[in-house]
Amino acid sequence: MQQIFNFIFKNSTRILFLLLLSISFLLTIQSHSYHKSRIISSANFFTGGVYEEINNITEYLNLKTENEALALENARLKSILFNTKDTTTIKKPENLKGVGPNDIIVSKVIHNTYNSHENFLTLNSGANDGIKADMGVINSLGIVGIIDRTSPRYATVVSILNTKSQINAKIKKSNHFGSLTWNGKNTGFVQLVDVPRLASVRKGDTIVTGGQSVIFPENINIGTIHKYYYEENTNYYVIDVKLFNDMTNLGHVYIIKSRDKEEVTNLEKGNKKDE
Amino acid sequence: MNSTLLLNILRFISLLALQIVVFNNMTFLGFIMPLPYILFIILYPVNSNRSALIISSFALGIIMDLFSNSGGIHTTACLILAYYRPYLFKFAFGVSYEYQTIKLNESLTPERFSFIFLAVVLHHLTLFILEAFQVSFILDILIRSLLSTVFTIISCIIIIYLIKSNKR
Repeated sequence: MQQIFNFIFKNSTRILFLLLLSISFLLTIQSHSYHKSRIISSANFFTGGVYEEINNITEYLNLKTENEALALENARLKSILFNTKDTTTIKKPENLKGVGPNDIIVSKVIHNTYNSHENFLTLNSGANDGIKADMGVINSLGIVGIIDRTSPRYATVVSILNTKSQINAKIKKSNHFGSLTWNGKNTGFVQLVDVPRLASVRKGDTIVTGGQSVIFPENINIGTIHKYYYEENTNYYVIDVKLFNDMTNLGHVYIIKSRDKEEVTNLEKGNKKDE
Repeated sequence: MNSTLLLNILRFISLLALQIVVFNNMTFLGFIMPLPYILFIILYPVNSNRSALIISSFALGIIMDLFSNSGGIHTTACLILAYYRPYLFKFAFGVSYEYQTIKLNESLTPERFSFIFLAVVLHHLTLFILEAFQVSFILDILIRSLLSTVFTIISCIIIIYLIKSNKR
């Protein structure tokens, strides 16, 4: 017994180091295995509060670009409104299927990372505003990411610039779909993989979100085809997509509550039970 | 004794604040980010309590991880640097480093520079390996750690000189 205590006292530093190291390794591996299991995130009172304070100051530096983006969006919306035959009737947003007028939450990005392989954003609204995990996040130019974790006042978003994110997307012209991933290299480009070789792919074609995803409504802009090539051992295209969004400079974003989601997941659950 | 404790607490808070407010927003070429917060571990007194250093670097790393949504990569890198710091001292200053009065925040000699260099390389390599967590990114890891090391060392030396001029 004496010897055990002696051993512990002698190696106390090493034991402490190994203990803490195993905790930190556990946290690291957990964060890499699946994004839901992340224990520590910046969606909490402390870090969210600090980021909001920092954002309050730095926001002023981006007022000009933010204003320009808003003016552009206004112009686009006005052009849609004036081109309808009867300008007094409000046009139904048919292309956003399953999304009602109360299902869009406006929020602001208070922290943005884009320099690692797994990037996250922090938003200044959370569960109190009705945000839940797995909701889609877009802005006026295109998609931004998917909600990861929420706290009462803040939420984190898995950016599309995250090697773990996978979003269903399709070529607007031909409806051939694939999944949108990121190879971790360039912040301006993401990759659309698993597009069948039959698909007619041309440089400059638009890529939009596909109908298979219940997170995003169909036909939300993503980007244009920049480059495409075959993968060596499969017969699928890999397409480099140039994003409409500048992911390094994000201001206000919209969070979409998809009403279809519950219905679709319930239906699929029912199917599995029947089998 | 009490003043060194106070100094270290002050250093801990101010370096973290500096990292989060200033250096986290400072990215070159989209992926290079200087991380001068590890200066806390580098500048920690040589002959002070090692367990205290390990616990405080765990806290340092976990706060960084909270802010950057990165799981436990900063924590692991900080812990490894804190634990292997005596070996780096031995390598840079010779075997009898414990009997010398090493003050890193004085003029920059080759020994001091080599110590800072080794510490930063060790920290950044573990950090970027854990961040990518894939063998296929090995070239990317090396480029990232090399370039970030350069920027971290530059920012560390600037901060060391700024602290020094304040004292006089």
